[in-house]
Amino acid sequence: MQKMKLVMIGNGMAGVRTLEELLKLAPDLYDITVFGAEPHANYNRILLSPVLAGEQTIQDIMLNDIDWYRDNGITLHLNKKVTRIDRKHRVVTTADGMTAEYDRLILATGSNPFILPVPGNDLPGVIGYRDIADTDAMIDAAKQHKHAVVIGGGLLGLEAANGLKLRGMDVSVVHINEWLMERQLDKSSAKLLQKSLEDKGLKFLLKKHTAELVSGESGRVAAVKFKDGETVPAELVVMAVGIRPNTALAESAGIHCNRGIVVNDTMQTYDPRIYAVGECVNHRGIAYGLVAPLFEMAKVAANHLAEFGIGRYTGSVTSTKLKVTGIDLFSAGNFTGGEGYEEILMSDPVGGVYKKLVIQDNKLAGAVMYGDTVDGAWYFQLLREGRNISDIRDHLMFGQSHVGDLGHTGHNRAAAMTDEMEICGCNGVCKGNIVKAIKEKGLFTLEDVRKHTKASSSCGSCTGLVEQLLASVLGGDYSEAPKTKSICGCTDHTHAEARNVIRENKLLSIPEVMDFMDWRTPNGCSTCRPALNYYLISTWPGEAADDPQSRFINERAHANIQKDGTYSVIPRMWGGQTNSSELRRIADVADKYAIPTMKVTGGQRIDLLGVKKEDLPGVWADLDMPSGHAYGKALRTVKTCVGSEWCRFGTQDSTQLGVDLEKALWKMWAPHKVKLAVSGCPRNCAEVAIKDVGIIGVDSGWEIYIAGNGGIKTEVAHFFVKVKTAEEVMEYTAAFLQLYREEGFYLERTVHYFNRVGMDYIKQRVLEDAEGRKELHARMIFALQVEKDPWAERAKEGILKHEFEMLTVQ
Amino acid sequence: MSEWKKICALNEIPNLGARVVKTEQGDIAIFRTSNDEVFALHDECPHKGGPLSQGIVAGKTVTCPLHGWKIGLDSGTAEAPDEGHTPCLAVKIDDAGEIWLDMKTQSTPCAA
Repeated sequence: MQKMKLVMIGNGMAGVRTLEELLKLAPDLYDITVFGAEPHANYNRILLSPVLAGEQTIQDIMLNDIDWYRDNGITLHLNKKVTRIDRKHRVVTTADGMTAEYDRLILATGSNPFILPVPGNDLPGVIGYRDIADTDAMIDAAKQHKHAVVIGGGLLGLEAANGLKLRGMDVSVVHINEWLMERQLDKSSAKLLQKSLEDKGLKFLLKKHTAELVSGESGRVAAVKFKDGETVPAELVVMAVGIRPNTALAESAGIHCNRGIVVNDTMQTYDPRIYAVGECVNHRGIAYGLVAPLFEMAKVAANHLAEFGIGRYTGSVTSTKLKVTGIDLFSAGNFTGGEGYEEILMSDPVGGVYKKLVIQDNKLAGAVMYGDTVDGAWYFQLLREGRNISDIRDHLMFGQSHVGDLGHTGHNRAAAMTDEMEICGCNGVCKGNIVKAIKEKGLFTLEDVRKHTKASSSCGSCTGLVEQLLASVLGGDYSEAPKTKSICGCTDHTHAEARNVIRENKLLSIPEVMDFMDWRTPNGCSTCRPALNYYLISTWPGEAADDPQSRFINERAHANIQKDGTYSVIPRMWGGQTNSSELRRIADVADKYAIPTMKVTGGQRIDLLGVKKEDLPGVWADLDMPSGHAYGKALRTVKTCVGSEWCRFGTQDSTQLGVDLEKALWKMWAPHKVKLAVSGCPRNCAEVAIKDVGIIGVDSGWEIYIAGNGGIKTEVAHFFVKVKTAEEVMEYTAAFLQLYREEGFYLERTVHYFNRVGMDYIKQRVLEDAEGRKELHARMIFALQVEKDPWAERAKEGILKHEFEMLTVQ
Repeated sequence: MSEWKKICALNEIPNLGARVVKTEQGDIAIFRTSNDEVFALHDECPHKGGPLSQGIVAGKTVTCPLHGWKIGLDSGTAEAPDEGHTPCLAVKIDDAGEIWLDMKTQSTPCAA
């Protein structure tokens, strides 16, 4: 079968890229013929500036050499300018009479530099800046002449000026606008750019209108004269005031043009056999002069030429990077902003850094960067993808490396957030809701906001943000909560004061404390009572009576309430170890009580979900396993790796140490949940770095890390001490946890306690004071003596039976 | 028209606690306050149906264990700014300390 004939007029980047894409899709569909007006094969036009600057050679910037055309079976005619298209007979003709027939034609005629219509614009020494010939002319001129004037302070003009300066010329840049590169830069960044270029020796004549190019005695251009009468010497004038799509040929063939060859979204012209790509094109009213859009067009055109018919070009967002060595500049999209746009700005004129991000509808609409363009590509990607940036907005300015925190993605500046941005992830409360509530309901305190909006009322991780909002909305009316906050609305006293009063006055019950401290409410509330109950039992173990009615339901029922009112049961598996008879019992229990869901937990245990409350004592009795305290502010799990008993890398018996730690500490109540882990070697399979106490076995002993957290905000544990023996680990761990138990505020994790009192204090109490450490350890042991297994008590001894029995109507 | 049914003795409900009664109308939570008043509410938070009987009782309020809504024991109404209402039943303690529940409550302001 005879191949179709494809002819391409123009041998530039867009056209050749189209051929490359086409060959990938349909290598054998066409006989391809290319006409190029220049004597060169396809080169990278955007790298002409480095060539001019002497940083690269023509050879360096070749994209497809002559061999490439031959290897791909493409007939290449260089130095051939096509002057006629006969659409009726589908033939093109060159200036010297060569013809070629086509079935499909690609117009890739590029653009011409715009030459100002001023007297003298055709003098020798006046050139544009588009191709290798222009570049060569400039290099030659620099060798023979001194003064150069570049008309046009855009991207191309500045690159030309920079190159000429580097080649030893005295260069002035004439620009009609108030600042340089106004299509890519705003005024601030442009001024920074101008300063840098002036430091390199360039001169700038801004807001100047060229009136005339004056010839010298030799007939070559000698000066540029402006409308204000001023004249500057110039033996070389480079016109870089813009480009015009090269449409002459298309127009002569009757193809519809309007500031470019008009194409549809498939890059087809008004003649369906003729496609057009590149700078000669007008797509949806836009003629592009940058390379990225041209490549996108090439892909689409190739797809249709290959008869795949599925690509559409819908326009491009463009980005610019100035190729002047030593100057980092990037701009993309709409960086001017204006009505309906928001701006994020960072400006350090002394340090030479300027960044502006323009945002519309929570999407990045544009960016200008000067001095630090590392994140240009990332911004450009966000721009093109139209990604909603609300979740990363507060860190957007700082670049990609600052994004990627958990939960709140590190939001720390509420004022910079938009109304739609979520402040409270637990309850789905946006900034706008909170601001509205503060204004309309007259809220003044964090507690007010929590009540009205629910923001910050669940996990509390957004408390800081909510406080910032209060401050920003109320201004002077907001009195920031004192650093030491009262426990709740029932009292003005703080957690620390309650702890001290209980200790110093040996108070043993909640009513005593409330009486002593003048509580405002008769029974306190669901916030203060659990706190006081914990302070009492942790300060006076065995003496202060535990009050189940002041515990959250989970610690009262010793199981974890679920959304449907059923409970989950997680039996303790020491160090994550179990055996066949335990597993068998668990399976039997699951069958007997029709437990709907069983799940392996993150803490190396098994969770039985959906247990009815009245079944709990029976489940516990049949399991005959100790409580896992997975429901409590208590020691949860001690995660271990298999350690030296089995692992070929293990250096220490981490499993045994984990079991020992768990057995020593398992009944302890604490200000909040406590998780431990032990790894048998630095590979750290037990992930100890996010535990309240994490232990890593090394050949010479054990490393202890404290105050890690894997929850709302991940915190890596801090190295605390290295000890030699497992006994020491037990003592140091127990001492640290006892210190936390005695001094931590209710609902304060070890990391919060650590941040409050500091590592030095903890080291002083646990490491430096050996006597104190032993006393802490002893107090922990004493406190745990009085604690029993809550499941066994309830399952076998019938303690607090009423909690699990339903009443019936008699 | 009332239909009083005996439920249990007052001391079978913990002080500042609750018990659940299974009835044809569903689970009814009977609350006991610190000064031995009793209240009966449907055991269902107006928010997401959480079992109010499992909440912490303080004064004449119970805090739902699921999301912390505070429901008035004597009205069944959620504490502002939350909005919602849980139906109440009439309940009384006789001289012998037995708790009685009116299964056909009509008179209380917060009845269904």
